[in-house]
Amino acid sequence: MLITLDEKQLVPDLQEMCQKLDTSGTELVVDFSAVRRIDSNAVRVIEELAQKAENKAAKVVLRGVDVDIYKVLKLVKLASRFSFVA
Amino acid sequence: MVTSESVQVRVQIPLATENPSEERTAYLEGLVRQARVAAAVFTQFTQEDVDRIVKSMVLAGLGQAQNLARLAVEETRLGVMEDKVIKNMVATEFAYNYVKDKRTVGIIREYPERNLVELAEPIGVIFSLIPITNPTSTVLFKCVMAIKTRNAVIFSPHPKAGRCGAEAVKIMYEAAIKHGAPEGVFTCLESHNLQENAYLMRHKDVALIDATGGPGAVKAAYSSGKPALGVGPGNTPVYLEKTADLKTAIVDIIISKTFDNGTICASEQTVVIDDELYDRALETFAHLGAHICNENETKLLARTLIDARTGCMQPMAIGQKATDIARFIGLSVEPNTKLLIAPIQGVGPEHPLSVEKLFPVLAVYRARSVDEALKVCVDVNHCGGLGHTAVIFSRDDDVIRKFGATMNAGRIIVNSPGSIGALGGVYNDLVPTFAFGCGTGGGNSTTDNVNIYHYLNIKRLARRTQNHMWFRIPNQIYFNMNAVENVRQFPSRSTVVITNAALERAGHVDVVRRSIPPQTHVHVSVIPDAEPELKVVLQGVQDLNFYKADQIIALGGGSVIDAAKIMKLKYESPDADMEELATPFLDLRKRVVQYPTEKINRAQLIAISTTSGTGSEVTPFAVLTDNEHARKVTLADYSLTPDVAIVDPQFVMTMPKNLTADTGIDCLTHALEAGVSNYASPYTDANAMQAIRLVFKYLPMAYENPSDEVARSMMHNAACIAALAFSNASVGVNHALAHAFGARFHVAHGRANALMLPHVIAYNAAVPTKFMPSPYQQGYVAHKKYATVADLLGFGGQNVEEKVGNLIAATEQLLNRLGFPRSIAELGISKQEFERAVPELVKTAFDDPSWRSNPRMPLMGELVELFWKAYEGRKPANVSPTTQQQYA
Repeated sequence: MLITLDEKQLVPDLQEMCQKLDTSGTELVVDFSAVRRIDSNAVRVIEELAQKAENKAAKVVLRGVDVDIYKVLKLVKLASRFSFVA
Repeated sequence: MVTSESVQVRVQIPLATENPSEERTAYLEGLVRQARVAAAVFTQFTQEDVDRIVKSMVLAGLGQAQNLARLAVEETRLGVMEDKVIKNMVATEFAYNYVKDKRTVGIIREYPERNLVELAEPIGVIFSLIPITNPTSTVLFKCVMAIKTRNAVIFSPHPKAGRCGAEAVKIMYEAAIKHGAPEGVFTCLESHNLQENAYLMRHKDVALIDATGGPGAVKAAYSSGKPALGVGPGNTPVYLEKTADLKTAIVDIIISKTFDNGTICASEQTVVIDDELYDRALETFAHLGAHICNENETKLLARTLIDARTGCMQPMAIGQKATDIARFIGLSVEPNTKLLIAPIQGVGPEHPLSVEKLFPVLAVYRARSVDEALKVCVDVNHCGGLGHTAVIFSRDDDVIRKFGATMNAGRIIVNSPGSIGALGGVYNDLVPTFAFGCGTGGGNSTTDNVNIYHYLNIKRLARRTQNHMWFRIPNQIYFNMNAVENVRQFPSRSTVVITNAALERAGHVDVVRRSIPPQTHVHVSVIPDAEPELKVVLQGVQDLNFYKADQIIALGGGSVIDAAKIMKLKYESPDADMEELATPFLDLRKRVVQYPTEKINRAQLIAISTTSGTGSEVTPFAVLTDNEHARKVTLADYSLTPDVAIVDPQFVMTMPKNLTADTGIDCLTHALEAGVSNYASPYTDANAMQAIRLVFKYLPMAYENPSDEVARSMMHNAACIAALAFSNASVGVNHALAHAFGARFHVAHGRANALMLPHVIAYNAAVPTKFMPSPYQQGYVAHKKYATVADLLGFGGQNVEEKVGNLIAATEQLLNRLGFPRSIAELGISKQEFERAVPELVKTAFDDPSWRSNPRMPLMGELVELFWKAYEGRKPANVSPTTQQQYA
């Protein structure tokens, strides 16, 4: 399943994704191409997403992640919990 | 008056080893996690983002300056409310003024002339201890610094300043969040606990500890194993020197020492007053509201305000008014007393009031001389104040500088109040701060006024820099037949000609004499026909001195010209130390030993070469033989380069064949090595290539037909042109090998070069085992440059490899044609003897500076291999296992 994020409603989008993970299959591709910055709330939901994916043994692939956001995910130790594609 | 139990500014804070309870640990983990996320999110912010937030926080802090001051005084019961308002304003307004235009995101500074760019990287999570003495102002200041640098901070205020500290954090946090700062960027411990502090100090996600407080806090921070900014106590000596403006000084001291009741650790503690001023100073203090204690009162102060056991101030007095302190200890003073002044007779445990006193009690000392005053200030400085602050009032700049040099203090405040002066930005241009770095003297990592740059990891982007290169040659070079006649144009009162006996016998000196104007006094100094020894040089210098020479003409080969260069050096600068000047160097511009520039005599050096090889007439090198220690000393400096070079082939027309061949191959080696040198430039390349072309064309002709004037002339030019190249690009490993081998087996230099040359070309043309660092070259180009030589000379080849092979083949053909032995074995040196010599040869070659510009860094094992290839000649040689093992 491919989900494209909208920066203007990033947190609701991510929360919706978390819910979809509950009901969907084992692979989720999240397109970050339109996201240039994430805030603390978004980090929190991404962490939740990682946790859910691990619990479900689902694979979450983050696509088109800007390097500045990638660095944030590294700093909060979330990068290793996802796969990344360009 | 507060009690000693309630104020623990200077109590030791041991680094607790036990962890907090499970519940508290979870709380602390939550704080760190929140801060870590905030710090991570913060990394995405731009300069404009942080500047907007900083301004909003500063405005909020300014708006609450009075409120926070009141809260601080009410809670801590220290200091003066009005002064704390000023502190809060300094912490916001002055801090803002300092940081507002400074870049702290991305590129923060650029140094185009150095090809350097500095970039900022935030620290991350900072754990910050806040002192009781300046709780709100320190929080305000650190919040501004943290936001400006995109860091998150967990604050831990002193237990007795928890409420006001937390309120200050809240005000700044709310303003920051309102303007877009990451959630959780500031948090504040809700209660102070040593265990919790220790836990956070050791936490893996806390990147930096910023501990402003007493020695215990600083020690705990540094003991945590984390990077720490620990800034602690002081003991500020003040020197009131006899030239000082007394009235200004006394007012400044009172302003400073009474500011917030003396709670700023940079405030004055002991004033050392010159005898001439002492009585007037005390009168002025008294006139302006200070109480001058008599002997008994001083003893009372010492007994009651200083803990006899620890030697430290009693906490109960910290930040209290002078009148309150007096009342508490039973001292009778006027109601408007600002300051208690206690004369002391020394510094140290026997003089308790000589320590730090964060309250309005000031020790004074009468000094009988500048020397005594400085020594007492040093004593105070060493009595708990190392690295912190020192103050001087004086109009004597020498004394001020002496004081500055003597005191170990991060801030040396001149003619202004210590405490407010040290804060920076009010009385001087120091960086505004609320944390004074005290250097190693105070157990700190910095002497700076802690500021935004201490809250950043500053990264340096260093672009490859093409250093300036050079092409330095003699002022004038005259060449072709009868060029010697140009000597005539140089007026001289007294000329000394340096030459050897053979050249004199050959009539060459007479030729030169004929070109010297008749009015010039000429003396001929004949030296042995060998590499010059120091004693020969010194004899020559005697001649130069005796004849007061203003011109030296060196007529000869490399040895004579080298001797003349050194004679000129010693004549002009008799104190020049040959040993020191021979010190090896890597980069000419950075060499440690500089050649003398002060000269007591001046003489022009004209070099007339009588061989076509060394090119010494244009080089900056000279070799001195030290027979006493059986070694050669090489001198290298452009000041040794002759002023005028004469390249006149008439002096080489009778050169023997062997010498023609040896010197010619030396010339070829110079040119080939300069051509592939790491110091090669388009300027040296042009000369090297031309010299190579001339040698391949004219050396066989000059060798086979010595009277061929054109061939002789071209070879003479080739030697000079090759020397112009290697004077500026240097030589390479061929020369290192040849120097070692030639010296050990007494083989002529050119001949030794010839034995190595084909092998060295092949060696340099191959992919190096180890590349030589070379800022001047783009990639490895030696093989391509050899190929360019092959192209230039028309040797053919379809690719670089073939061209290099053809160059080697052509070189070998040339060597054969000149009758050179093609292996060391052909010289009659047995394999056993050579094998015994190889270890020493390798060691000597490796010590030789010549290879430092070689494109390929020679490994010892490779030097062994090259020596064996030269030994066995054209046949590929297996390296002796014995010697190879020695260098494995």
